[in-house]
Amino acid sequence: METPLTKNIPSNGNAPLDLKAYEKAGGYESLRKSLRMPPNAITELVTKSKLRGRGGAGFSTGMKWSFVPMGKDAPHPKYLVANADEMEPGTFKDRLLLEGDPHQLLEGMIAAAYAIQADIAYIFLRAEYKLAAERLGRAIAEAYERSYLGRNILGSSYSLEMYLHVSAGRYMCGEETGLLNALEGKRANPRSKPPFPPVSGLWGKPTIVQNVETLCNVPHIINNGPEWFIRLGLTADSGTKLYGASGKVKRPGLWELPMGTTIREILIEHAGGMRDGVKLRGLLPGGASTDFLTEQHLDVRMDFREVQKAGSRLGTGTMIVLDDHTCPVGMVWNLEHFFSQESCGWCTPCWSGLNWTERILRAMEEGRGQPQDLEKLEFQTKFNAPGHTFCALAPGAMEPLQSALKYFREDFEQHIREHRCPWK
Amino acid sequence: MLTPEERQEIEAEFPRYPHKQAVCLDAMKIIQRHRGWVSDESLRDLGEILDMTAEELDGVATFYNLVFRRPVGRHVVLICDSVSCWIMGYEKLCQRLTSQLGVDLGGTTADKRFTILPIVCLGTCDHAPAMMVDNDLYRDVEADHIDDVLTNYK
Ligand SMILES: Cc1cc2nc3c(=O)[nH]c(=O)nc-3n(C[C@H](O)[C@H](O)[C@H](O)COP(=O)(O)O)c2cc1C
Ligand code: SF4
Repeated sequence: METPLTKNIPSNGNAPLDLKAYEKAGGYESLRKSLRMPPNAITELVTKSKLRGRGGAGFSTGMKWSFVPMGKDAPHPKYLVANADEMEPGTFKDRLLLEGDPHQLLEGMIAAAYAIQADIAYIFLRAEYKLAAERLGRAIAEAYERSYLGRNILGSSYSLEMYLHVSAGRYMCGEETGLLNALEGKRANPRSKPPFPPVSGLWGKPTIVQNVETLCNVPHIINNGPEWFIRLGLTADSGTKLYGASGKVKRPGLWELPMGTTIREILIEHAGGMRDGVKLRGLLPGGASTDFLTEQHLDVRMDFREVQKAGSRLGTGTMIVLDDHTCPVGMVWNLEHFFSQESCGWCTPCWSGLNWTERILRAMEEGRGQPQDLEKLEFQTKFNAPGHTFCALAPGAMEPLQSALKYFREDFEQHIREHRCPWK
Repeated sequence: MLTPEERQEIEAEFPRYPHKQAVCLDAMKIIQRHRGWVSDESLRDLGEILDMTAEELDGVATFYNLVFRRPVGRHVVLICDSVSCWIMGYEKLCQRLTSQLGVDLGGTTADKRFTILPIVCLGTCDHAPAMMVDNDLYRDVEADHIDDVLTNYK
């Protein structure tokens, strides 16, 4: 089984390969190859590979690049941004790539930047990833020294500057257009679309924002070709995927597996199943803003289409496991507390609705639940449905709630009936 | 007044962005690194360098969880209260931490040694529960470890 994304990452958490060792392992080959190709050909390769965004939404990466104006009349400077904000609860995959193989990200970014002929690249990193900041800083300096960055990269006519931007903690900064505002030194409220960032992004110039894991795939696609990448996946979706599991499983962790691996294989084989004494009740397959799945879904394949068919989303591919010793209402309260706190306050259904949602759930947990609360919660799931809010934060917040109301309804009712949390 | 050193560090950020307004978050973090927090006065001084009003800067500052607009202790403890840590024992850990230090979340100890703040998911969910003290990450933390961790910070 091939593991292109993690093959150079030391399994013991040791320091990543430095530039010399990375080059010895074939590093920066894709850059040399890219510079001999016309930029559009890279975009075409990536489109053909069917690479889809690993940040949650799963949009076709190559197609996004193809929206960027090219040629002599294109506006400049153009920008490429690596989204390393990773603040979705339960998600810890980009951290591994950032800490474990920073040069792989840089190589992917430079190739992506070349494809869209970007002049400036930013890595947008969350504040708490201190080790990643240190390692990325060193990798960028090394890359400049070897002329992989800067003016006339490797003697070509292509130039790219790269900067590390370290944020200061807010989930909304990870949202594509919120991130653009944050980089411009403004509050990270989202922007209305259109215009879409590939046409008008940072300071009104064409900008591509891409998740860390997405970008890390790019060098391998350029080196090995799109057919190879498609063959890595087990289903209609291509490549490998970093899958994770947290909660009361025997071996919480992160694994690079073929795209389309089943939930059962991830949960039982890799995470070792549930800890002794607890049983599986449900799981959020791809981070905090995905719908619960349950035991009946163990054979669902973790790709974009199959998880959606089962009523949830692949999201970030890192699952959070709910066991029978943990209160589902408490868990949903915890999630909604997060979303309500992180709402940027731009639109009313979200800032007001999430606040109400959190209060109702807290009341239930504290024994003050009312019979009509379930109806109120259901109203919120419709009030904050996709299309009713400015960005995807609020609809995402409703996903675990609406599915919990479906699968764990009896638990909610028991809280209200008995005026207490049965787990306390 | 900003010190010459702070000014110099802030101006060193200018070439990284096409407009100097974009430096504002980096600048506030530089001030915070030197003074522990960002006061109204610092925002006014910074506004003069960046051609921004103190209100604009405050709007940005208050957007972020980790720009401190009030004084904090010598060390800042960030305890993750997000879902995986919650499942794995956040509440017990938090109880121990707050009773040990004698302050609630958001508070600063009387000797100004620690401020404790809740933080969203630290992205280390396979080693929950997790917390940070200043720049250091602690994973798989048990309530009984808290003492040992805290003694590292004077
Ligand atoms: C509230 C919110 C937070 C987000 N946070 C992140 C994040 O931390 N990292 C990320 O890659 N994408 C995040 N996204 C998704 C981005 O908006 C965007 O779709 C993504 O960065 C595009 O990259 P991709 O196509 O490579 O996945 C977030 C979306 C929302 C609505
Ligand atoms: S949905 Fe929430 S986070 Fe998104 S713009 Fe509206 S208020 Fe802000």
